[in-house]
Amino acid sequence: MNIWSTLDPAQLINLTIVVPLIGAAFIALFSQQPNLREGVSIITAVVLFTLVLAVTDNTFSKLSMETTWVALFPGLEIAYSVEPLGVLFALVASFLWIITTIYSIGYMRGHNEENQTRFFFCFALSISTVMAICFSANLLTLFIFYELLTLSTYPLVTHAGTKEAKHGGRVYLGVLLSTSIVLFLLAILGTWVSAGTLNFTPGGVFTQAHSDSLVALLLVLFCYGIGKAALMPFHRWLPAAMVAPTPASSLLHAVAVVKAGVFSILKVVIYIFGIDNLSDIATTDVMLYIGTATVLLSSCVAMTKDSLKARLAYSTVSQLSYIVVGALLASSVAAAGASLHIATHAVGKITLFFCAGAIMVAAHKKNISEMVGLGRKMPITMIAFAIAALSIIGLPPMAGTWSKWYLMVGAVEADKMIIVVVLTISSLLNVAYLLPIPIKAFFNTPSGDQPAWSWSETKEAPLPSLIAIVVTTTACLWLFFYPQPLIDLINLIPDVSTELKGRP
Amino acid sequence: MFAQHLPVLPIILPLMAAPLCILLGRSHLAWLLATLVSALSFVISVDVLLTTLEQGVLSYAIGGWQPPWGIEIRIDTASAMILSAVTGISTLVLVYAKESIAKEVDPSQHTLFYTAHLLCLTGLSGILSTGDAFNLFVFLEISSLATYTLVSLGSDKRCLTAAFRYLVMGTIGATFILIGVGMLYMKTGTLNMIDLADRIAEFNGNRTLKTGLAFILVGVSIKLALFPLHMWLPPAYTHAPSAVSAFLASTATKVAVYVMVRFIFTIYGAEFVFHTMSMDILLLALAIVAIFKCSFMATVQSNVKTVLAYSSVAQIGYMILGISLVSSVGLMAGLLHIFNHALMKGALFMAVGAVLLRTGSVDIKAFQGLGKQMPLTMAAFTIAGLSIIGVPLTAGFVSKWYLVTAALEQQQWVIAMLVLLGSLLAIIYIGRILEAAYFKEPSELTAGKDIKEAPMLMLVPMWVLVIANIYFGIDTSLTLSAADTAAQLLTQSMTEIEAAQ
Repeated sequence: MNIWSTLDPAQLINLTIVVPLIGAAFIALFSQQPNLREGVSIITAVVLFTLVLAVTDNTFSKLSMETTWVALFPGLEIAYSVEPLGVLFALVASFLWIITTIYSIGYMRGHNEENQTRFFFCFALSISTVMAICFSANLLTLFIFYELLTLSTYPLVTHAGTKEAKHGGRVYLGVLLSTSIVLFLLAILGTWVSAGTLNFTPGGVFTQAHSDSLVALLLVLFCYGIGKAALMPFHRWLPAAMVAPTPASSLLHAVAVVKAGVFSILKVVIYIFGIDNLSDIATTDVMLYIGTATVLLSSCVAMTKDSLKARLAYSTVSQLSYIVVGALLASSVAAAGASLHIATHAVGKITLFFCAGAIMVAAHKKNISEMVGLGRKMPITMIAFAIAALSIIGLPPMAGTWSKWYLMVGAVEADKMIIVVVLTISSLLNVAYLLPIPIKAFFNTPSGDQPAWSWSETKEAPLPSLIAIVVTTTACLWLFFYPQPLIDLINLIPDVSTELKGRP
Repeated sequence: MFAQHLPVLPIILPLMAAPLCILLGRSHLAWLLATLVSALSFVISVDVLLTTLEQGVLSYAIGGWQPPWGIEIRIDTASAMILSAVTGISTLVLVYAKESIAKEVDPSQHTLFYTAHLLCLTGLSGILSTGDAFNLFVFLEISSLATYTLVSLGSDKRCLTAAFRYLVMGTIGATFILIGVGMLYMKTGTLNMIDLADRIAEFNGNRTLKTGLAFILVGVSIKLALFPLHMWLPPAYTHAPSAVSAFLASTATKVAVYVMVRFIFTIYGAEFVFHTMSMDILLLALAIVAIFKCSFMATVQSNVKTVLAYSSVAQIGYMILGISLVSSVGLMAGLLHIFNHALMKGALFMAVGAVLLRTGSVDIKAFQGLGKQMPLTMAAFTIAGLSIIGVPLTAGFVSKWYLVTAALEQQQWVIAMLVLLGSLLAIIYIGRILEAAYFKEPSELTAGKDIKEAPMLMLVPMWVLVIANIYFGIDTSLTLSAADTAAQLLTQSMTEIEAAQ
């Protein structure tokens, strides 16, 4: 499926970054004609997806794709080069952008939100920066667009303009900017000064010549500096960002922004430190256990939250740490599981957020305690919620099974049984905080003064939103039965493999 | 024939035009003349910069008297780079000043304003061009006296006390410098910088020379407002007319930093100042305290001009930090930051001046709701503010990148961390203002008033600087090569010594 095969491969990268920008320009141009504006959004998203498909096609045929924009410092450029992990992330982000745009149309109109042009405009901008992050060839490029992603999503977080939204925005910007400026930038400069390069190199850039303590320090700085990965205690921005309109929460704070964080960590681990060298670094285990602690603690916090979006936010914090743990296990299978989790968690979590938004639009409910019996009013939404929840938990036949499977296998391969135990406990916690919501919605009747819904008053979210929910739910199932294309892509990443070592 | 006189023109042109401004009598004629002269100086400076990049140092003997007897104009890349920034900012500020001073300065004093501005420019160009230590003092006084006048032109009565305070401190600083230069002359019998450098090396460790250095460093530190000698600066920048604040914040203190670089690296030699006298530790400590103390002070001010003034003192800390790292990269970072900071602070003060023109106040409350009412001005403020913070793709990021690199090259992880932590305070003090502008409803100061966007003559220079901030954040080849060449030239003696060891 390569409709762009006539194009120069290097141009493809430029186009993936520029097309959303052009889209943004047209969105601003058509601010007075909502139908035209949303039409532009969808067309841009579809065009972007075909571009990313073309990039994927080229990746499978081992075509090298590189392009350089400008030399910022001597020997250091804003440059792009395609590698499989970035392609995976780009595929996920660009596919879900189409779905989210469709969903947003239903949500934003159903909710009568103001400033819709600004919303769609910033959305397109942030997707453009995400594409640049996916294909960045060195840490400097990654850092620049990492920062731009923070800035371009800030207006989305504060979209509502309420006091709460401003406070959320302040936390969001504060945590993400401070961690990135103080720790991430320091780590990048430390790498630059000691290793003399920031290019993503298979096998890593550090050699035996570099002092162990320096590399150990850099690993800690990277893990915490990439605040978008929401490793505790720098996770506060994620729940704070939930004041954003639900479509923004679902694409950005369940997929694009947070995945940009864990993607950066994976990228740093694979291409800066090198998976094989990871076990020699003194602080790897420390960060690994901080990751596991985050998995457990945030699951526990999620259980205490009654606001559905807050619960999903803490669930996201927990799931992100799966990926961090997978990256730090120093096992090629675990890294494969972590990479796959980028995709599987994305489809699962975006469905859950879509459902939360649909409930907000159709039933005007935010809190879980008010959703008892809601299954009668919104059966499709609630079924989708159940399926996505099962995927997050990691039960077959849902997509989440595979990533969790590989993570577990990786933990066994790395001989860290404690991680296996923690992952199992975490699955149980997921069951405890996610499944009661659909169960109560279908089987319980509300008590006390709450209204009881009956099957006759079925009122689902607006049609575009419903379509989006159905598509992502199908994706949750689809990726269980046909994960092979993604697994093939992951196996192309250097040092990452779904095959256990020692086997052919 | 004409080309050989180019190095001296950025001094001569404004000097000749200054009295003409008074003679012209009319405000707009004086404005036109001053702007044209300043623009011409800018063009010449850029030409000189390009020449120095190609050919190295330019030397010009004033009146045909050969150095070391006559006064020598000696322009290397460091001087030419800062000279271009100073004359460029001066031109933009003059364009901006026409609308700005209309409200802030008494109409009868408009021609005086342009005269004083041109004299100040003369002094600054002179400091940057001269190769003579005493001549440098003379130009420093020309620019300082003009500056006191400029500050006192404000319509607010408090500008008089601010100017007086500045005058007292500035004069003490000048006296210290004069005493120091006197001691140098007493011991070496020469005032030409190159000659001085040679002879000081011969007198290695002489006590008079050491005392002279102490006097000079303290005097220059007052002029460049190094913590804790900065107390004159916040009131002066707060109460001066906005155009003056914009000009001084982005040029005057920077030129004083240049004077310090000149005395340390060219005249005394880095080896003597940093190894024999261990000044690096002192400067480093003061720079770091300046960054944190003054950034913190900036976060608690309600007057936005004071916020920017304290921010300036903190940013000077970054420049001194770069110098005190005693490496070619560190010095390069310091020089880069002199240039880049001129771009950002100029734009910020211009934006604040526009707000003052339209709302009549520079209190943070006056900024509330301006994001909608003055979108272009506030967008300029935002971008320049991001540059101060050091967000990538702005000029501020480039200087911060090199500053941290310089610290890390010497394994100074703590200092690198402190530099980056300082940026967080910048996020707070810029963020407060942006939050007021974009997220708050208009306060009682501006409620009900019909606030228009700033006039075109103010917006254009403001945006030229904003675009320069972005341009020099992306295409760094010119600034980097200039700063690198300048730093290499200045630290040449240092590297030779290191190589010998």
